[in-house]
Amino acid sequence: MAKTIWTLVEVEYGHPARSSLEVLSKAAKLGRAEAIVLGAQAAEVAAQLGEYGATKVYVHADAAYDNYLTLPAVDTISELLAAHKPDLLLLPTTYDARDIAARLNARHNLGLITDATDLQYEGDELRVTVPWGGETVVTATHPHGGTGIVLARPKAFSVEKIGGSAEIETLSIALKSSSQQIRILERVEEASEGPALEEASVIVSGGRGLVKAENYRLVEDLASALGGAPGATRAIVDAGWLPYSYQIGQTGKTVKPTLYVACGISGAIQHLAGMKGSKYIVAINKDENAPIFSAADLGVVGDALSILPQLTAEVKKRKAH
Amino acid sequence: MKMYVCVKQIPDPNTVVSKLDPNTKRLVRSGVSLVLDPGDESTISAAIKLRDTLGNSELTAVCMGPTSAQEAMRRALAMGVDRAILVTDPALAGSDALGTARVLAAVLKKEGAELILCSTESTDGYTGMVPGAIAEFLGIPQLSFAREIHVEGQKATIHRVTQAGYQVVESSLPAVVTIASGSFEAIYPTMKGIMSAKKKPFEQKTLADLGIEPGQVGEAGARERVLAIGQAEARAAGQIIKDEGDAAQKIADFLQRYQLL
Ligand SMILES: Cc1cc2nc3c(=O)[nH]c(=O)nc-3n(C[C@H](O)[C@H](O)[C@H](O)COP(=O)(O)OP(=O)(O)OC[C@H]3O[C@@H](n4cnc5c(N)ncnc54)[C@H](O)[C@@H]3O)c2cc1C
Ligand SMILES: Nc1ncnc2c1ncn2[C@@H]1O[C@H](COP(=O)(O)O)[C@@H](O)[C@H]1O
Repeated sequence: MAKTIWTLVEVEYGHPARSSLEVLSKAAKLGRAEAIVLGAQAAEVAAQLGEYGATKVYVHADAAYDNYLTLPAVDTISELLAAHKPDLLLLPTTYDARDIAARLNARHNLGLITDATDLQYEGDELRVTVPWGGETVVTATHPHGGTGIVLARPKAFSVEKIGGSAEIETLSIALKSSSQQIRILERVEEASEGPALEEASVIVSGGRGLVKAENYRLVEDLASALGGAPGATRAIVDAGWLPYSYQIGQTGKTVKPTLYVACGISGAIQHLAGMKGSKYIVAINKDENAPIFSAADLGVVGDALSILPQLTAEVKKRKAH
Repeated sequence: MKMYVCVKQIPDPNTVVSKLDPNTKRLVRSGVSLVLDPGDESTISAAIKLRDTLGNSELTAVCMGPTSAQEAMRRALAMGVDRAILVTDPALAGSDALGTARVLAAVLKKEGAELILCSTESTDGYTGMVPGAIAEFLGIPQLSFAREIHVEGQKATIHRVTQAGYQVVESSLPAVVTIASGSFEAIYPTMKGIMSAKKKPFEQKTLADLGIEPGQVGEAGARERVLAIGQAEARAAGQIIKDEGDAAQKIADFLQRYQLL
């Protein structure tokens, strides 16, 4: 029997978040895809979801979801789960969805698989692919029946517009005041220049091999010559060179550009986890044994500080022709 | 304030390539060097600073793990934590995030914890699902991904990391707060700390002490199952060149060949 797969679609600046559309697109391939949208702008967002394969959308347009984290969403999804018993709740690994998933799992003893890069049904059995370290992949399942939760890695699935329209069910539930406990007082953006890392088709990243913060400018210059975005390893974010929003890796952003240029980056597993999916990887590192070279399509053993300005000049020259 | 920090012991991420045992399908722990999770060290450091700022507070480290975890707990004590509680029981082997959270929540409930700090995610498992589940079992709010934390009276305020920056978020206490990795400078144990750690209270508890049925935790209680363990697909080997003054040219050629310029 066809499986019913739910996802929670998050709202970003009035639009469905890309990470949500990724899992919705995947859900539509696996079975009957249904979505939940919560928050003041839920109705507008819900109307767009049929196009990405949703057959039904549960909508609750209440600003409490925007002002209070986690608990209102957990209460509402709990009620819906009890009433409709979908086979799977497939969520993107975002800050908000992770918090919601952890509590739903505990409240209903569901079973939860994190960090998935793929999933499929073989007959009735769900098979979830989870990378483990650099060399191993695990296949896992929810063996107990009932609704299970899977959190998928960002960029694991592509967004696909397949056309279609969804039935909209507007929820009329009253949120409990006890759920309004985790209050957002303020939102602060620390925007970086150029395209957003998640959207950029070219990323130039720097690591501790740049030696000092001032040299990060060399990375920004190349990124801008290539029309791309600058990124960073955790080492230089922790060192205070850049805000966290630049961090790529397991505990930072997952990116999948066409071109990734790694400059002075050793290639730790946790960094690779965030950029290994790039189509072409170019690495510049002084140490010929740096692990980054095993992921690189083109590896250059050399000094990033001298190569970067030359490369930026060369790129500008060739682009001008 | 009664403050708690949940910590665990993991294979040393700097020297051990973490492996799964193909038979038990669990993390290989024998024969590898085990350490206090470096992420938790940063969380402990945040907790110690907060305790000292608040004054009149006690900080207890709580861990669920095998007896070897005593060593990690001693390190936490040496860093400046006041007390340690280790829950260890053969029935706990193979626990999933939910089983782990159930056990930790039982301890924290008995203790009457007011503020509970965890790392956002552990370095070995990185599910990040334990802290939220603890909060749910205790029926208290969770403030997640904190890179800054302030406590005033019965209220906690954090800066919560987001994709684009941060949010200022507050809740009442008791609460679970998760600390984003790398946000707090680590405190290193001093010789004096190491010596005084030996005299600090260290309790060990079993499942029976907590009134938890063995079937709810460990492998028996786990809601996920590993079906298979395989090799990851390796990226095809690329070309490696040495810079002989022509690297910029060669990289630009590469970019042009693949129409990246
Ligand atoms: C739980 C956990 C989560 C983590 N999450 C992340 C994450 O999300 N993202 C992340 O990036 N890291 C993460 N890390 C950290 C990760 O393990 C590495 O420590 C980090 O990626 C290293 O950064 P780096 O490559 O800049 O520095 P290093 O490892 O110090 O490497 C610097 C490199 O620069 C090279 N170099 C030096 N000088 C030059 C020069 N002049 N020219 C060219 N090359 C030079 C050196 O040979 C070296 O290979 C995490 C770690 C843990 C434990
Ligand atoms: N066995 C455990 N004992 C104590 N604390 C734990 C344990 N497992 C997880 N935690 C806490 O929860 C955090 C996140 O772990 P995880 O959800 O496994 O990624 C850890 O960094 C600890 O703070």
